[in-house]
Amino acid sequence: MAQDRDRIEQLLPLPSATLHILLALVDQERHGYAIIQDVEARTDGELRLSAGTLYRSIARMVEQGVIAEVVRRPAARDDHERRRYYRITPFGTAVARAELGRLAQFVRLGLARGIAPEPA
Amino acid sequence: MIGFYRALLRLYPSGFRAEYHEELCAVFAERISGYSGPLPRVALGIVALADVVPNAVAAHWDIVRQDLRYAVRAVGRTPGFALTVVLLVALGVGANTAAFSLADFVFLRPLPYPEANRLVKLWQSSAGFGRIELSPANYRDWKARARSVESMGAYTRRAMNLVGTAEPRRLETAAMTPELLGMLGVPALAGRVFSPADSTGERVVVLSHALWQTQFGGDPGTLNAVVRLDGAPFIVIGVMPPTFHFPDREAEAWTPLFLREADFLDRNDNYLEVIARLRDGGSLEEAQADFAGITAVLEQEFPKENKETRALVLGLRDELSTRARLLVFALCGGALCILLLACANLASLFLARAMHRARELAVRAALGAGRERLVRQLATESLGLAVMGGIVGVAVALAGVPLLARLVPATLPTAAEPTVDLRVLIAAVVLVVLTGLGFGVGPAVGARRISSFDALREGARTGGARTQRLRASLVVIEVAASVVLLISSGLLLRAVMRIQSTEPGFRPEGVLTLRTTLPASKYAITARRDRFYDRVLEEVRALPGVAGAAYTTGLPMSMRGGIWPVALPGEEAIVTNAANSSSVRFVTPQLFETLGIPLRDGRDVAKSDTRDAPWVVVVSESFVQRYWPGERAIGRRFSVGFGERTIVGVVGDVRVRGLEQPSEPQVYLPASQMADSSFINYPPKELVVRSASDPSTLLPAIRRIVRVADPEQPISNVRTMSEVLDDETVSRVTQLRVLGVLCAIALLIAGVGIHGLLTFTVAQRAQEIGIRRALGEQAGSVVRRVLREGFVLALAGVGVGVWLAYLSAEAMAALLAGIRPADPATIASAAVLCLATAAVGCLRPAIHAARVDPMTALRRE
Repeated sequence: MAQDRDRIEQLLPLPSATLHILLALVDQERHGYAIIQDVEARTDGELRLSAGTLYRSIARMVEQGVIAEVVRRPAARDDHERRRYYRITPFGTAVARAELGRLAQFVRLGLARGIAPEPA
Repeated sequence: MIGFYRALLRLYPSGFRAEYHEELCAVFAERISGYSGPLPRVALGIVALADVVPNAVAAHWDIVRQDLRYAVRAVGRTPGFALTVVLLVALGVGANTAAFSLADFVFLRPLPYPEANRLVKLWQSSAGFGRIELSPANYRDWKARARSVESMGAYTRRAMNLVGTAEPRRLETAAMTPELLGMLGVPALAGRVFSPADSTGERVVVLSHALWQTQFGGDPGTLNAVVRLDGAPFIVIGVMPPTFHFPDREAEAWTPLFLREADFLDRNDNYLEVIARLRDGGSLEEAQADFAGITAVLEQEFPKENKETRALVLGLRDELSTRARLLVFALCGGALCILLLACANLASLFLARAMHRARELAVRAALGAGRERLVRQLATESLGLAVMGGIVGVAVALAGVPLLARLVPATLPTAAEPTVDLRVLIAAVVLVVLTGLGFGVGPAVGARRISSFDALREGARTGGARTQRLRASLVVIEVAASVVLLISSGLLLRAVMRIQSTEPGFRPEGVLTLRTTLPASKYAITARRDRFYDRVLEEVRALPGVAGAAYTTGLPMSMRGGIWPVALPGEEAIVTNAANSSSVRFVTPQLFETLGIPLRDGRDVAKSDTRDAPWVVVVSESFVQRYWPGERAIGRRFSVGFGERTIVGVVGDVRVRGLEQPSEPQVYLPASQMADSSFINYPPKELVVRSASDPSTLLPAIRRIVRVADPEQPISNVRTMSEVLDDETVSRVTQLRVLGVLCAIALLIAGVGIHGLLTFTVAQRAQEIGIRRALGEQAGSVVRRVLREGFVLALAGVGVGVWLAYLSAEAMAALLAGIRPADPATIASAAVLCLATAAVGCLRPAIHAARVDPMTALRRE
């Protein structure tokens, strides 16, 4: 467990693209384009990941073990058959939680000094 | 559109592409599905480009970083291997960068004049002489008739005494026709260069930057000031920039050369060195043909004086002697040998390592690493090591190049210090990259062929007979290259030893020499000079420990010119040729005694040999040999220097032209019999003093004596005669030291190469050896077999090496001072040395083989 702790610490802080991808995969497995769309929707079109950025992040995240390719794909519509789907791993969830905790800590520190976050 | 995108995707590393190509295309397809029409498509294309390029670069960099981390770990596991590779690359790159920087400096770099390739030097050549200077008369005629050159100028070197600043100082200067300085094309740093008007009217001088700095403190007020040279006032009209040197780097000031009508009378008074600038687009051959025509006509016009006189047109840089060239070439050859050795050894090392890692690579291949991935990784590793080696090598070269300064011929009008050239550095970098890639990636490409299943089996013997043969030939190359280096250096060493053992004809020990050049303006009268000589010599001889002192026109080996024709009574000697040339010196009494030149017959010149007394001469033995072989020469007469003289003495021969060349017979004339104002460059100026103790301790006293005799008289060129003699071989000794170091390195590399190969062979054959041992083979027999294998390779290398060394020795025969290229002693010692090194290299693997335990070896199967 302590070992996991170290591994998580090594990854922090997360690049924002990485955190967005993790968040996109929290509720369901998605393929690449679906991740892009999800991120875009959640940020009201603020952030539109490019394909290159997305897959380079995915390659690195797979290697880090925070996400994994889904071996058995969900029974999907025909045109998506060949798509690769990704899911968040338990380690990935822990990493996302740690990063969110780190950000929340900043928010608390800011409030304690009387500076409130600007409404998003 | 999607086709364009697919093409773009090729920029990604192939592993990444294999994984995500389809995905990326699918995302892109979704994105463009909403758009149509040309404009949005172009925009999309640009967006795709902006996305793919930086991400592809980043993806590559991710891999490089990963590989570097891996490489650092791999190097950490085998630091010996890494250190060896770095050292080998450093040696190869360092030696070659240094040697070729020197070669570039000496042979290629343009001389510091604009359009220097159009500048040529003109010589006159006549029967029996390579090249001689021109007489003013011939110079005037050549110049008037030349069609192939744009302009032409002449100069003569002249030493002048600078008085009026601090200590009186002797300057090397060149007196030049006014057009010459402008023709060279370098503008003055301050003031101006000569104009035609300077050949009449007031005397003017242009200073070198160095002289301006050292003697005048760089004071801008020096311009237009008056300085005294040889007692006469000269106006400083200009200062040249620091990079300007002409005719060589010794010259410190330039004055205009005045040629009067009287100077054109004697067509064989050859003292002008001539430079010309070719017409734009003109070639050396055209100029050569042009001057050949001119000299042919002049020979008809002056059949006696210009008999067989030809013109020689040389590029300004091509003046270098064959010897100076070969010295540098030999060094480059040595450096190339080292490079060959280093490369062979690197190849061998990486091959062995590839075999060693075959299992590791196979495991990684089995786990899904693509071939491209493995190649990349090995390339990163080997390139990293090569770059490290390259950095060390360049540092070695930077430190080493100044040490080679002695090999830059003094005749080049450039700075003495060669510098590492940027182009050579770039070549070195290319070399490093090629070395790294070639030896690092080769094995990875080979790894493809390794069946992963075989490699995974414990104890598998990978690397078949082919690799073994390849490594064996690498060892042969290494031994051959070492033999070439050893034999070449050995021959050069023997040549130096032979030269150093040549009898110079005088005894240099305990002799101090210094120069007091008496200015012609002040000392034109012979009697006045004699008073100076008498006074100085008398007081110097009275100093404690002094065994003798005398004055002479020039020191042997230091002054090599002064070659005059002589004629027997009834003959006419106008042109100097091989049959009548002699080296002429004017001397005071006691010169022979002081220099240790033996008196064979008759007497020395004496104080009583004045201008009014009968004219006498002392000659060397070879002079007698030439004219009266086997007879006594005393009392015989011949003419030299416009007068007939009687031989009163015969002395031993001296190597006037240095240890490596034959010298003309010598003729010594009494200084006091010179006519007033004659032979302006020949009045004695070199003081030689023989002392029983360390001669340099005499210097302060001698300085005092000269200062009292003439307070304005500078002293220069203080040297011992031993130093003069050492200068004969100094460039060779420098070259030999460098080659000696290269030889030691070569032997080391070759020894390590043999050792490595045999160690590897023994390890591979451990099984076979084990079985043989189990079947009863004796340890001694095993050792013999390993040794035999090493020796066969070494012998093959020695054979090839001896043959190559013979070829290279023939190419540098001019450097060998008569040592035969096939000198058996040198070849034998080199071969023995190489075989001994090989034996040392074989020893450990052989012992290792003998210790193979049959049971352990068999159990591995």
